[in-house]
Amino acid sequence: MSNEWPLWEIFIRGQNGLSHRHVGSLHAPDAEMAVKNARDVYSRRNEGVSIWVVKSADITASVPGEKGPMFEPSQSKIYRHPTFYEIPDDVGHM
Amino acid sequence: MADAADLALRMGDSTLILGHRVSEWCGHAPILEEDIALANIALDLIGQAQMWLGLAGETLGRSADQLAFLRDAGAFRNLLICERPNGDFGHTLMRQCLFDGWHLAMLRRLIGSSEPRVAEIAAKAEREVAYHFERSSDLVIRLGDGTGESHARMQAALDALWPWVGEMFTGDATDAELAGAGIAPAPESLRAEWDATMDEVLAESTLIRPESDFAQLGGKQGRHTEHLGHLLAEMQFLQRAYPGATW
Repeated sequence: MSNEWPLWEIFIRGQNGLSHRHVGSLHAPDAEMAVKNARDVYSRRNEGVSIWVVKSADITASVPGEKGPMFEPSQSKIYRHPTFYEIPDDVGHM
Repeated sequence: MADAADLALRMGDSTLILGHRVSEWCGHAPILEEDIALANIALDLIGQAQMWLGLAGETLGRSADQLAFLRDAGAFRNLLICERPNGDFGHTLMRQCLFDGWHLAMLRRLIGSSEPRVAEIAAKAEREVAYHFERSSDLVIRLGDGTGESHARMQAALDALWPWVGEMFTGDATDAELAGAGIAPAPESLRAEWDATMDEVLAESTLIRPESDFAQLGGKQGRHTEHLGHLLAEMQFLQRAYPGATW
């Protein structure tokens, strides 16, 4: 429906140092109102320190039907995980 | 001699009554996002009312709940603009913007109150109200400077609400004593700041500021419009019908 406000995807950073996480979407006439609405809809329980908004239409997504060629080849390549290295005890947590 | 309890009762009643009014939009706002935003604002105001009425109640020997739910209209000390019916969405936003401008200026002065408990509540409320004003003024500008219909509705709201503006800046004997004791600013002293802020908002909104200085008075002395009784009938119903009910 063309008379509806555009949809925006909302990303919120929970704490300093963590990355923004997608929390949901909402309608707003422009980016500034989208940030205000996001504040009211998604951060009312003290969830955030920073908000990003992006128009849903501006997101380019991978095609679900192509997920075979896209993702399956990596399933058999366990050597890409760094699990074969011996980590000396004094290195501690890595 | 007027003391902090008199001020707390006036602030508490204004925030409680406006908070209840705004809460009437819950489930009825034009879009989900506005519905939640208005509910947040209502909850902020009711939370502030709890603090103010808690402070007033210490002197009056009653709890905040008793003050909210067991007084009749004549005992309320809220500004009359707070009890105005919601009207359409634009009318509600205009009322909010006019009040928020006053509320923010008032709280910023109350942060310097000679009464530490007053200063404490004001400091906590100021952050919330700064956002209320940012939101309400932004929406007044968007709708005033919007379509032909939104502009006409916002101008009609401004004209209809204008007679309820003057009371925010009209002091009585209690206000004079509160100002004398350094507990609160004289209401008149907030006018110039409010005028300057509101003139900016109205200019950007392309709305015309009404010229009349006529002001409806009486709320702070307990003389209310017929609307307050109806509001209280709904707000107080549960405690009146089931005294002492809790959940």
